[in-house]
Amino acid sequence: MNYWPLAGIAIVVLGFALRFNPLLVVVSAALATGVLAGLDPVAVVEALGKAFNDNRYISVTWIILPVIGLLERYGLQQRARAVIEGMRGATMGKLLVAYLAFRQLASALGMKDIGGHPQAVRPLVAPMAEAAAVKTHGDLTEDARDEVKAMAAATDNVGLFFGEDIFFAIASILLIQGVFEAAGYPLTPLQLSVWAIPTAICAFVIHAGRILAFDRRLGRAAR
Amino acid sequence: MITYEWLYVLAGAGFAVWAALSAKDGRWGNAAFWALLSASFLLGSHLSDLANGVLVLALVAIAGLGGLKRSDPPTTSPQEREAHAARLGNRLFLPALVVPLTAVAGTLLYNYTPLGETGVFEARRETLILFGIGVVAALVGAMVWLRPPLMAPAEEGRRLLDSIGWAAILPQMLAALGAVFALAGVGEIIGGIAGGIIPEGSVFLTVVVFALGMAGFTMIMGNAFAAFPVMAAAIGIPLLIGQYGGNPAVIGAVGMLAGFCGTLLTPMAANFNIVPAALLELKDQNAVIRQQVGTAVPLLLCNIVIIYVGAFWLWR
Repeated sequence: MNYWPLAGIAIVVLGFALRFNPLLVVVSAALATGVLAGLDPVAVVEALGKAFNDNRYISVTWIILPVIGLLERYGLQQRARAVIEGMRGATMGKLLVAYLAFRQLASALGMKDIGGHPQAVRPLVAPMAEAAAVKTHGDLTEDARDEVKAMAAATDNVGLFFGEDIFFAIASILLIQGVFEAAGYPLTPLQLSVWAIPTAICAFVIHAGRILAFDRRLGRAAR
Repeated sequence: MITYEWLYVLAGAGFAVWAALSAKDGRWGNAAFWALLSASFLLGSHLSDLANGVLVLALVAIAGLGGLKRSDPPTTSPQEREAHAARLGNRLFLPALVVPLTAVAGTLLYNYTPLGETGVFEARRETLILFGIGVVAALVGAMVWLRPPLMAPAEEGRRLLDSIGWAAILPQMLAALGAVFALAGVGEIIGGIAGGIIPEGSVFLTVVVFALGMAGFTMIMGNAFAAFPVMAAAIGIPLLIGQYGGNPAVIGAVGMLAGFCGTLLTPMAANFNIVPAALLELKDQNAVIRQQVGTAVPLLLCNIVIIYVGAFWLWR
């Protein structure tokens, strides 16, 4: 068997490790893979063009940006912060567990753009988690503060990843549908998204447990 | 009948407006990038594969040369936003809810009432089309309610789009990479290697190799989108579904989620793992990944159990 097409994977690993532009890395990997598999370079460009064109539905979801942007203009993020700040007796653990639940539920309803690192974690969630941790445990070391902030970012990721697939108009569900349809197994997005629920529950239980254990560990370390 | 082509025209028009606003702003790299993407949406169905391929290379050249910059369209100040938020209250969430509700409720109605027999939407495309209808409805509703300047939604959308930048088409590009991998037989090669690992006739071990393969390949690629078509073609479809008769919906959905566990573990998923570490000014660039390991590994085990039980025990 010709193992050379796997060089495309090596290009991806190296390209990311050396911090080239990811689009450049992906297209270089595609071209190298095709050529090393013995395809004509023009045929590879054609295949890339056809596949990009066939997958346009994945990028259609950006048409929601004007709606979100317009609502942000009128204080959507400020309102979201007020809702979370309204929760009394907040500790870092409770705050991040609440955010995990909020992020999972919002993503499950298709509102994955409400959270996110530049929009929510840096301005809202991380500073609030840090403040709550300091309030409960007293002053923290630099390393502990970094851990709290990193946990806030991790919570955003876990909430997004294991919430978004419950909403069926999401790119990953549409990709699964496309791959299975091409293989002769037509499925509806709803059939697929229902099966994201058991994993979402496991993710909540595991990550919420880890957040609370982390909060207790900070308390012991501070004493 | 409403098809995806209608959505492509809608998205193409949106990207054209963003290209024009970028040009007006003097951001020529952004203008060229969004204009090319607009052309892909508006004309892609009528162009040859080679023309589409050249368009892709041009998009990548602009991004690779650093032609995309963040933009700073005029918007409201933080103080104004606080005042608006206090005045408008939780009603602000309503327009954002219109979009998912239209898609969810519409899909349920279309599939479980006689509405589906009207054939108004392209078969199995109704959800994304309803999502598009929801976006238009929410936008019109918000414009009537809030009465912003006419160009505000376009400018606010451009602010968000330019903050995402080239990453906006990365998922689509990775799907295209997956298609080229499939054409080059990467799936067969990895399937051959994985097939050599899998003991003949063991459903459970095949599920384990499929889930670990999704997570591992996602770590290499940085995105479950690129791993999914390969692992589905190598193990999921021929072995788990074809040979062992598993439930395709479980294998597809939970297989993808096993890949997401890999996304939590890799610096290749820069958007989720490396960018936030920089944004939060953490000393260790892998600090976010370190906090995710303890969740990702047990969750991957859960996914293996869910596939095994859901796709085989409950299915039979």
